[in-house]
Amino acid sequence: MSDAMTPASRLQPVLGLLSLPGQMRRLGGGPMIAALVLVLIVIAAIFAPLYIPHDPLTINATQRLKGPSEMFPLGTDAFGRDLFSRVVMGARVSLFIGVGAAVVSVALGLAIGLVSGFFRLADAIIMRFMDALMAIPSILLAIALVALNGPSLWSVIAAITLPEIPRVVRLVRSVVLSVREEPYVEAAISLGSSMPKILWQHLMPNTLAPLTVQGTYICASAILTEAILSFLGAGVSTEIPTWGNIMAEGRVYFQIKPSLIFWPGLMLSLCILSINLLGDTARDLLDPRLRKREG
Amino acid sequence: MLGYILKRLLAVVPVIVFVAIFVFLLLRLTPGDPAAIIAGDAATPAQLEKIRASLGLSEPILVQFATWIGHLVRGDLGISLISNIPVTELIGQRIWPTINIALLTICLSVLIAVPMGVIAAWKHRTWADYAVMTFSVLGFSVPVFVIGYIFIQVFSIQLRWLPVQGYTAPGDDFGKFLSRAILPCLTLATIYVALIARMTRASMLEVLGEDFIRTARAKGVGETLVLFRHALRNAAVPILTIIGTGFALLISGVVVTESVFNIPGIGRLTVDAILARDYPVIQAMILLTSAIYVFINLMIDVAYSLIDPRIRY
Amino acid sequence: MLFKTKSFDDAPVVLSIEDLTVRLSGVNDTVRPVLDRISFQIRAGETVCLVGESGSGKSVTSLATMGLLPKGALEVSNGRIMLGETNLLSLSAGQMRDMRARNLSMVFQEPMTALNPVMRVGAQIEEVLDTHMRLSKKEKKARVLDIMEQVHLPDVERIYRSFPHQLSGGQRQRIMIAMALILEPKLLIADEPTTALDVTTQRQILSLIAELQEKHGTAVLFITHDMGVVAEIADTVQVMKHGELVERAPVETLLRNPQEDYTKSLLRAVPSLTPRPERVSKPPKGGPALSVEDLNKTYGSSGWFVNRSTTLAARDVSFDIPAGRTLGIVGESGSGKSTVARCIMRLIDPTEGSVRVAGTEIARLSRADLRPHRKHIQIVFQDPFRSLNPRWTVGRSLVEGPLNLGQDKASAMARARELMALVGLPEDAVDRYPHQFSGGQRQRIAIARAIAMEPDVLVADEAVSALDVSVQAQVLDLLDELQQKLGIAILFITHDLRVAAQICDEVIVMQKGRVVEHGKAGAVLADPQHPYTRSLIEAAPGRAWDFANFRELGALAAQ
Repeated sequence: MSDAMTPASRLQPVLGLLSLPGQMRRLGGGPMIAALVLVLIVIAAIFAPLYIPHDPLTINATQRLKGPSEMFPLGTDAFGRDLFSRVVMGARVSLFIGVGAAVVSVALGLAIGLVSGFFRLADAIIMRFMDALMAIPSILLAIALVALNGPSLWSVIAAITLPEIPRVVRLVRSVVLSVREEPYVEAAISLGSSMPKILWQHLMPNTLAPLTVQGTYICASAILTEAILSFLGAGVSTEIPTWGNIMAEGRVYFQIKPSLIFWPGLMLSLCILSINLLGDTARDLLDPRLRKREG
Repeated sequence: MLGYILKRLLAVVPVIVFVAIFVFLLLRLTPGDPAAIIAGDAATPAQLEKIRASLGLSEPILVQFATWIGHLVRGDLGISLISNIPVTELIGQRIWPTINIALLTICLSVLIAVPMGVIAAWKHRTWADYAVMTFSVLGFSVPVFVIGYIFIQVFSIQLRWLPVQGYTAPGDDFGKFLSRAILPCLTLATIYVALIARMTRASMLEVLGEDFIRTARAKGVGETLVLFRHALRNAAVPILTIIGTGFALLISGVVVTESVFNIPGIGRLTVDAILARDYPVIQAMILLTSAIYVFINLMIDVAYSLIDPRIRY
Repeated sequence: MLFKTKSFDDAPVVLSIEDLTVRLSGVNDTVRPVLDRISFQIRAGETVCLVGESGSGKSVTSLATMGLLPKGALEVSNGRIMLGETNLLSLSAGQMRDMRARNLSMVFQEPMTALNPVMRVGAQIEEVLDTHMRLSKKEKKARVLDIMEQVHLPDVERIYRSFPHQLSGGQRQRIMIAMALILEPKLLIADEPTTALDVTTQRQILSLIAELQEKHGTAVLFITHDMGVVAEIADTVQVMKHGELVERAPVETLLRNPQEDYTKSLLRAVPSLTPRPERVSKPPKGGPALSVEDLNKTYGSSGWFVNRSTTLAARDVSFDIPAGRTLGIVGESGSGKSTVARCIMRLIDPTEGSVRVAGTEIARLSRADLRPHRKHIQIVFQDPFRSLNPRWTVGRSLVEGPLNLGQDKASAMARARELMALVGLPEDAVDRYPHQFSGGQRQRIAIARAIAMEPDVLVADEAVSALDVSVQAQVLDLLDELQQKLGIAILFITHDLRVAAQICDEVIVMQKGRVVEHGKAGAVLADPQHPYTRSLIEAAPGRAWDFANFRELGALAAQ
């Protein structure tokens, strides 16, 4: 019955329209600032080689642990390398890892999730395997993988991506399972559409909005995980400056020179905060019901 | 009820089996000679031979697996390649600091996060809600070790309220335990609180829109009772779920926090083992933490059925 | 038809609503209000029915009275709501809470969701007592059991300890009523309390409300869209449209002699229980378009560890439908009528039996082999809001099937435009998205999508149940018209006897998975043989009244 809906839900479309400007206002400056910060970080990272004052790898024994000066805007680290140049160059690696992990895990998770959601036989096996993968704490799995495969950039990305896949699979699968009960999917079956076609044309588009949101969160968490891996000494080789590496090397000098952890930590937090905020905004705008599927 | 628990228990078996297979294959499927990977580049042939022998690497892979599983079932997790101490003994020595810190953190987090989430949902779209959400996004975004260092910098170095690092067992000196555990716990709790508060808020918001909440209000029930008697209990299942799955985050946090605060727990043990490629210890730790994770989520599954009568079947 | 005729002129006024205006929150005065200066009174013992189609504001009226308007969405901008001498709108939140359940109560539409699923129902009734008075544990339980007896719940000690999911819909609604009436309020607001229930349960709940009203002298504000229910229970009827009161009259006056055009059109749209006249022309020669034989569907098989009992969802169902004819399957929820439809569509697989569509046996075909035969049989679902892909234009939905059959896109699209005209929509509708259409229009689109396949059989699974009566009548007319033009056979699944009477040539009555009666619509509805069919017909509210002609049924014959 159309009357079966509560008055509130019947008014929903109207209210939705009315509150749209209000919603934008409520979103307020936060997401705008977040987007701005992120764009700045990305631009700074892309063009870093053009403007950094020093080579981030050049060791200078005479300039160890110096404070900020005209020559070294943020001071130097224990090897006399310029902190500013290192932090800026570190952004490149961190962002690359974040985006790489998000893209790979979303793509693989989407494929596996679609199959799992539609084919019962495959589903039972795939989901047990995913449960097992979820049960292994992601950091332990990642450090074990890096420790065994060597500290290359690709092995770090793979190590960060693998534990994220089950979460994407579960998300895609839950969307598929709920949408395949929709009458319009049953109508498509009745119209003689083939399973692959239904899967791709009717079901897959429903996963895009939640996947965009999930991808954003994965990007943020990948950057964070990279930092933790490096911090624990199981990250990208120390020859490459990453935010995690800089902080890991700064640990020892933490009590004398906290800025070695402060600056990369600040950049890292700002970057992740912006990505997370944008993810939240995307979620609110794309589909308020997504809250249900969180976790 | 008993049937339900039995069913959940049976569902856990394949997960544990998959984890075991996965952990076993982790080393064997890595390209190259596993012994060489473990020993590092500068290993002598004698060292390699010793590693091969102790891991049984020269046997066919199925035999290796059978032997390994056989030992595993008897509770034999092998012997550390570095310290030559049985792994079970190593873990026994190091597990208590971790358990104490983790339990304290979980209690602290739930006590802080659930009321935060309830208030945020109740005062939806007011400053209280925004404050909780802001804290929650921040909690997700600042790395655990940065939070740890900020706490040390502020409370230990600047204010000198608390010791910088270290650990005392609660049995030895409870006051000292608390003063040394409080910063690691707060550090660990940040992300956990963020996670639980966020889920509590989302789940409460959903339940507060349900018909039976309107019924309760139509009966004249006061807001506090509506929130806690009617809404929270119905919102509890997703909250419990996130406490369970968030446990994986807690384990990651423990690994980092123990390094930052110099606590001799199994987190440190794991990191040291991984850096030294002490393979039996790595295997054991992954198995142990996964088993704990699975067990905790099993307990939570059982808890569902206590909370929601519809799940009892 | 016996209407209530009691006069309430001498009874004290219980509720008096004066100039009540409700607006969307945060909207200025130029936007049309949701409720526009509503005024009416209800006297002690009186039942006032508020009727109207969806969006008329009848539920908003009830929520405003209870002080339960959704916060931040709707607000009262003007008027008074007087309960006795108290203006409810001037009370504080705490004072208003105190009034609820004690002086005014409400029963909601959805008994399945209106009770807290994790609390025992006894405790939920007791909560009313805890909130408003202090009683010893023993007294409390005694009072709860007493009111549970009064609402005729069986085995009250057991139900007292039950959780809502262990009870049937009717029992849950009785619990709601017990909760609402335990403190003997002066006013009971019932918002579509029987809409989600089967007719036989509806009848019991209606008589329960009447009985308790009589006993306690409660004033009842009854909100409904169903004119049959109105005829059964109302003393006074108020018709609402777009937030305004259109007409108010004693029930018999309103049904016999409606003044306003809107009221008349509402009444005319109520389908009659008198079956349509039998068609004289013979159905075309050739075999039946759809032939079902001994169809069985069992759910649930033995698991690995526990032997679950199996449910027989459909048992030995057999029927034929000739081309150009309509067969209705009528039954309450759980009767298996939708299971039969889904088995025939092969959305689920029948356990046993044969389904022949256009001469081909499809019950055993594999999914892939089945696809070319899908064209012959199409389905229209109940929920117009979910049966079209919201991301696709109407045109894309319409050509999906023809493209599967290998038709080229241009000609399929041209055909889609023709189909729009055929179902009474503008041709450019193909370029728009489903959310730009109303429920009735979407249902037309869904019908067009099915017709695009040029099927021999159309299955309509509660296809008009979600629509307002006036729209319902239009969609039924459309189906009839299409059938005459295209000669399709229609399998019409419905819970509504009135709808079945209007469209079906033959009727099957199902109960608990079994066919209990099968025959010509006229025979089954006018002279039911099976006791279950008889009980269904007797439970149909207002069955002795011919709403569309404003008089008793059979009055024409008597003249």
